[in-house]
Amino acid sequence: MAKDTLTPIASILSKSSADIIENWVSLQLANKNRSQAVSDSSLTTSSNEFFKLFQAAAKDGNIENLNTPEWSAVKLMLSDLSVSRARLGSSPSETASFVLSFKQPLFEQLNKDFGNDPSLAKMSWALSVLIDDLALVTTEAFQKTREDIIRRQQKDILEMSTPVIKMWEGIVAVPLIGTLDSARTQIVMENLLQKIVDIGAKIAILDITGVPTVDTQTAQHLIKTVSATRLMGAECIISGIRPQIAQTIVHLGIEIHDIVTRATMEDALREAMARVGWYSYKEADAKDEVR
Amino acid sequence: MDRIPILKLGDKLLVTIQVDFHDRVALALQEDLTEKILSAGAKGVLIDISALEMVDSFMGRVLGNIAKASRLLDCETVLVGMQPAIAITITELGIALQGIHTALNAEGGMALLERLIKAKSNRGRTANASKIAGRPPNLQRG
Repeated sequence: MAKDTLTPIASILSKSSADIIENWVSLQLANKNRSQAVSDSSLTTSSNEFFKLFQAAAKDGNIENLNTPEWSAVKLMLSDLSVSRARLGSSPSETASFVLSFKQPLFEQLNKDFGNDPSLAKMSWALSVLIDDLALVTTEAFQKTREDIIRRQQKDILEMSTPVIKMWEGIVAVPLIGTLDSARTQIVMENLLQKIVDIGAKIAILDITGVPTVDTQTAQHLIKTVSATRLMGAECIISGIRPQIAQTIVHLGIEIHDIVTRATMEDALREAMARVGWYSYKEADAKDEVR
Repeated sequence: MDRIPILKLGDKLLVTIQVDFHDRVALALQEDLTEKILSAGAKGVLIDISALEMVDSFMGRVLGNIAKASRLLDCETVLVGMQPAIAITITELGIALQGIHTALNAEGGMALLERLIKAKSNRGRTANASKIAGRPPNLQRG
């Protein structure tokens, strides 16, 4: 398409800018389906900003190729807008319709000025393609932001669910919460072993109160963690085994006979402290007798 | 070829792996160590692998074999200073380091060896006392 066919668009944009903007904003504000997340004033501001950038980019009649540097400012503005709206919780179609709704006032103005011009169809087509592409830019940015958020949350959950706590001198504990899959076992193992090295722990307590089910796979992961801990020169106690889980382990015939297990974290801690030498069962028994 | 030095400390041997622990070095160590245990009459071996940064199944097996051979010679083996990554690799490879004791660092390893040796000599003494009455326990070795 020749550039000169498209230059009138630029002149319309500058000539009737006030009309177009006014139309556009009122159109958007009148939209019943608009979410309440974006306020009227911010909508007006972003509409004005978009129009200004659009006008500047289309000044040279270059409206066919979005990859030219003139359009990068428009694309950047739209991505930013999309990102901020994604954070506010707008849907992607709402953000896209911000750009798409720009068609109507633009085409109306075009129709008014070039109603009988044979090049009207060509201009409309070029503009339509352009605005569609801009709408795609917003959708893409929206999607990307959402994916980033999801990825960050996944990482947060993973980190949050595998803390290694120093319980006492030489004793660390890992309260496991949620299903134990291989990826999590790997992280638990790395964190736990690193902590053992860092504080020179002699005993590690693995508390599985928060693990909903234990199947052969999970048991395998637990056994792996225990043997890695042993290789480091520390001992491992598994605590928080609920009655159902004890039954399941027996039922499945999982052999964990050489692993020390305790019913509760309290028992495990007592055992650990006895092994490290902080607690003596004999002394406790003597106290009980006196009482 | 590199050879790993074996230091004698009383009735214990100290091995620190600080060079690249490749297959031939590992085999040489196995050979040297068994000979040294016999010639020095050692009761315990402490192997420090804190400088070891990677391990494969062969090295794992050699370490296991060293422990087994030492056990045959009435000598306990303690592996100390294993890096977390190595511990994970060994468990993932499924190498069972049976008969090998571990400790977090050389200090803990020495204490563990001391305990193991003492426990063994006590056990030996009581067993001997009941079997061969009147014979001084220090004549019973091995």
